[in-house]
Amino acid sequence: MISLRGVTKDFGDFTALDGVDLDVAAGEFVVLVGPSGCGKSTLLDLLAGLTTPTSGQLLLHGKPIDGPGLDRGVVFQQYALLPWRTALGNVEFGLEATGVPRRQRASLAREFLDLVGLSGFEERHPHELSGGMRQRVAIARSLAYDPEVLLMDEPFAALDAQTRESLQDELLRIWERTGKTIVFITHGIDEAVYLGQTVAVLTSRPGRVKRTVRIDLGNRREVRDLRSSTEFGRYRHEIWELLHDEVARAQRLEVAR
Amino acid sequence: MSTVELSVPLVRKATIGFGFLRKVLYRSAAIIALLVVWETAPRLGLVDSTFLPPFSEVLVAWWQLLADGQLLDNTLASLGRSLTGFGLAVAVAVPLGLLIGWYRPVAELLGPLLEVFRNTAALALLPVFVLLLGIGETSKVSIVLYACVWPILLNTISAVRTVDPTLLKLARSLDLSPLRLFQKVILPAAAPTVFTGIRLAGAVSILVLVAAEMVGAKAGLGYLVNAAQFNFAIPQMYAGIVTISVIGVVFNQLLVALERRFTSWRREKS
Repeated sequence: MISLRGVTKDFGDFTALDGVDLDVAAGEFVVLVGPSGCGKSTLLDLLAGLTTPTSGQLLLHGKPIDGPGLDRGVVFQQYALLPWRTALGNVEFGLEATGVPRRQRASLAREFLDLVGLSGFEERHPHELSGGMRQRVAIARSLAYDPEVLLMDEPFAALDAQTRESLQDELLRIWERTGKTIVFITHGIDEAVYLGQTVAVLTSRPGRVKRTVRIDLGNRREVRDLRSSTEFGRYRHEIWELLHDEVARAQRLEVAR
Repeated sequence: MSTVELSVPLVRKATIGFGFLRKVLYRSAAIIALLVVWETAPRLGLVDSTFLPPFSEVLVAWWQLLADGQLLDNTLASLGRSLTGFGLAVAVAVPLGLLIGWYRPVAELLGPLLEVFRNTAALALLPVFVLLLGIGETSKVSIVLYACVWPILLNTISAVRTVDPTLLKLARSLDLSPLRLFQKVILPAAAPTVFTGIRLAGAVSILVLVAAEMVGAKAGLGYLVNAAQFNFAIPQMYAGIVTISVIGVVFNQLLVALERRFTSWRREKS
């Protein structure tokens, strides 16, 4: 459904991404994991159509991505909620962009706030909500206008560990219910293994896909304390090994700068 | 039984009333102290009562000015000029600021020039205005307009330019048209900062006008103060000054209330 072919992105003489190849099937949950500064966010911006590649191709259903579109929904790390609007108003914001008739907006927005577990918080403003709740609003907003793909840029990075874990479960539940294709970016190995059907490990500077790992943990939400299981540990270690060299290299580059 | 039930809410009401009264007293203590000093210092001979008459005498003079209609005429003359200049400044500077802020290169090009204008005291330009527009109403309204434009314009420009970039990114990812982006993101995001500029301009409009009226005018509170001083009607002079500061405070409070209304989402913090 999504395919990246030799995607390269330069900023001046700095190469952020160098020949990224990746395929994402419809309904798949793919996690991109990499050290900081590996061009993860650049890759997401490219998928969102917010920027164009220097060379290579990004295809959605075989057609090149040539700009932003409502077939893709972006969830940002910093929530990007409009502070002057209520939770409901923020979800409606996405619907206004798609031209959903005014009368249907409110009921649709309520439905999706309910989906992310925020019934009863419709009239709260963002500053009256916790970080986790804000991100739930943002997720509801992206889901409400029904994009095919959800692009998530380290959405849980700013949250505390417990909130993060509960939102991860929540996201898996939503993914199962809605069947969306999800491209999720993180620098957390645990998060990558817990969420991804496929985990693509990126190299640091310039970013390219080092290896993709299929994660087969069955239905995650049926297993109690999956994170402590041996299979989880095995996958975790495999990705840790792949990332380890990259993190060390990224740090050396950081020092050299 | 019934008396007890009745007395409980009454007591509570009384304590709330008392708390409110205490707050009002506390907040006005400094002003009351100033007025007490103003009243007693001339009476005790600490200052020459010819140049600083006791506050009660100023009040009497104020009442006389009010009674013979002078105060109202001059106040209306001043308010008319202030509000016209201020209103025109809002009407011109807000749209202009939005436009300049939106086009980044324009903002960068004009930025230094605007800084020069803002930092040129408006009153320094008063002779120029008088020279070009005469000493009539036009020059007075123009100088208020001129002085009010800068705080509004500069605040509006920076309001547009400092809109949270993640919101802009969001809007772009939703493929919002430029018009929608402006209406649904930029305008509401910029509103609080724009209002700060408007509030600053409100204070400026009165400051500048009074000074302008002292230079050449046949009516207005600045004229009243100046003429009273000239005729050695010292209590009347202070009465004029007090009126000006009361008007300034009231105008500012009005603008603050308006600002609160428009940006209530910012303050609802519990």
